[in-house]
Amino acid sequence: MIYLIRWLIRMLRRPTVPVEPLAASPVGVPAAAPGRDEAAARTLGHFVSAGRVAVPRTTQGAPALSVHSLGKRFGDRIAFQDVSFEIGYGEVFGFLGPNGAGKTTTVRTLGTLIAPTSGSAMVAGFPLTPENGVAIRRRISIMPESPGLYLRLSVAENLGCFADLYEVADPKDRIGRALRAVNLADRAHDACGTLSKGLRQRVALARALLSDPQVLFLDEPTAGLDPVAARDVHDLIDDLRQRGVTIFLTTHRLEEAERLCDRVAILNTTLRTIGRPSELRDHLFARTLAVKTLVPLTDPDGVFAGLSAVDGWHHDGAAGYVLSVSDPAVAAPAATRALVTAGADVLSISESRHSLEDVYLELVNQDQEASRR
Amino acid sequence: MSVSKRRVRGIFRKELREYRHNGNIIVAMVIFPLIFLIQPLLTVLTEATSASNGLAHEHVLLYMLAIPALVPAALASYSVVGERQQGTLEPVLATPIRREEFLLGKALAAFVPSLAISYAVLAFFLACVELFAHPGIASALLRGPDLLAQLLFTPLLAAWSIWVGIAISARSSDVRVAGQLSLLASLPSVAVTTLIALDVIHPTFGLALGGAAVLLVLDAMGWRITSAAFDRERLITGTR
Repeated sequence: MIYLIRWLIRMLRRPTVPVEPLAASPVGVPAAAPGRDEAAARTLGHFVSAGRVAVPRTTQGAPALSVHSLGKRFGDRIAFQDVSFEIGYGEVFGFLGPNGAGKTTTVRTLGTLIAPTSGSAMVAGFPLTPENGVAIRRRISIMPESPGLYLRLSVAENLGCFADLYEVADPKDRIGRALRAVNLADRAHDACGTLSKGLRQRVALARALLSDPQVLFLDEPTAGLDPVAARDVHDLIDDLRQRGVTIFLTTHRLEEAERLCDRVAILNTTLRTIGRPSELRDHLFARTLAVKTLVPLTDPDGVFAGLSAVDGWHHDGAAGYVLSVSDPAVAAPAATRALVTAGADVLSISESRHSLEDVYLELVNQDQEASRR
Repeated sequence: MSVSKRRVRGIFRKELREYRHNGNIIVAMVIFPLIFLIQPLLTVLTEATSASNGLAHEHVLLYMLAIPALVPAALASYSVVGERQQGTLEPVLATPIRREEFLLGKALAAFVPSLAISYAVLAFFLACVELFAHPGIASALLRGPDLLAQLLFTPLLAAWSIWVGIAISARSSDVRVAGQLSLLASLPSVAVTTLIALDVIHPTFGLALGGAAVLLVLDAMGWRITSAAFDRERLITGTR
């Protein structure tokens, strides 16, 4: 509740351009995710521009990204195919997948750097066509995996060049604010070649923020960053989300995706799954309770069979049991009571939690097994 | 298609800053014309006045047109493939910049220093001739039409060399290959100017006018041809 109040106060203080609620879409573009305000409260607090991103009147209500059966081939090789999803304004969308799955090619395609071979897409309100390339690139920003900085130039000179390319008004001020947002204001005059990999990554992020994009594509933004710097980037992403910036995040750090993303998609040439991390876990894995006792039960079947919300059980070691349950909140008290009645010395009863990593590995393993068959 | 001056200027200024931070680029650009200058200077400064009759049939000044043909080739050949190799091309192409703007910025960044160096070397040569050569030699060399041809053809040849270099750079996958091909591509211009300088091809007003017109057309076409050769997707993915 206290976070909600803080968030409301902050929103009231901010001069905002109203963003209309997102329209319902076939693949369920969610409204801004709840429960993110704690992180937002710790934001860097001095990001590029105040207020929310101005969503053009013509695109209000429409998704920031809308992709339908998109595909890209390089000759006979399929980079990705039949990819469809929609992303709302202000959503942080995680794009996961193994190496070579087509993540970077998808980003490049949506960023108008390469042309799709099939399907269609709308990016920031514009159809993805060669004629709209400039208009789309004005509204988006891409931070590639490799920072791609001019190493002999200073940080400020690098950003100055890109401020010109984006035709940013008042570039000096914008550069200053972008550098402060990534905590690099004191390194503005250092040559990029003298910076560590992590600092270069931060310069690349500052560069991506210069144009105040509606849609920001971040390709592995925390690769090579130390934990503190990575946390700063996470906070910045939270801050951008609050301002209505849509973030398309490709990452290999699954805990990062789980912490930051409203929804994630797992790509392995084709889109394997899409949804909120919790939904994916529930969809892929049965809910279970892990029970540990001091000594093995003499009649475990007699203890667990017939308990409400318990669908079955199996051994997990000598004195361990895994119960498949439909509702842990009902099953856990029932199992506890049954164990006590049976005179068992209970060490622990806990709900087994599957991480996004489990989901990811399960899907990738399924693909690997399918390709072996 | 409208060209954004600011984006062109952005690329141009970035390139000049890179030259400034990497002094070796300028040194390499200056050294070559200076070496080129030694032979004609020695010839002119050591000639006796009696040689002025012989020089009157040659066009030593035009020999120096090889400088604007050769100097920008190296810069132009690096312009696209160099960015690609150092990983800076993708972030630039991800901005709203059009390929024409990108190429124009790159071309200007090679054109301006090449022109400055070519004219500076010419001015240095003329000053040396005026100050140190025998008066007869000086008057045999410093002829109005030759000077005019030098002034006129320097930018035309430099521009042509730059567009050829950039076109090669946009299609190459290796900096070294692009450099060598660009140098080779500028050799025909050098050969023609040398043959004219040595009076093998007799220079006339008509030839100069025709040559200038052809170069002007080639330079104008160069931008279009180079733009067509610039394939954003191939440059990003290395395919096609």
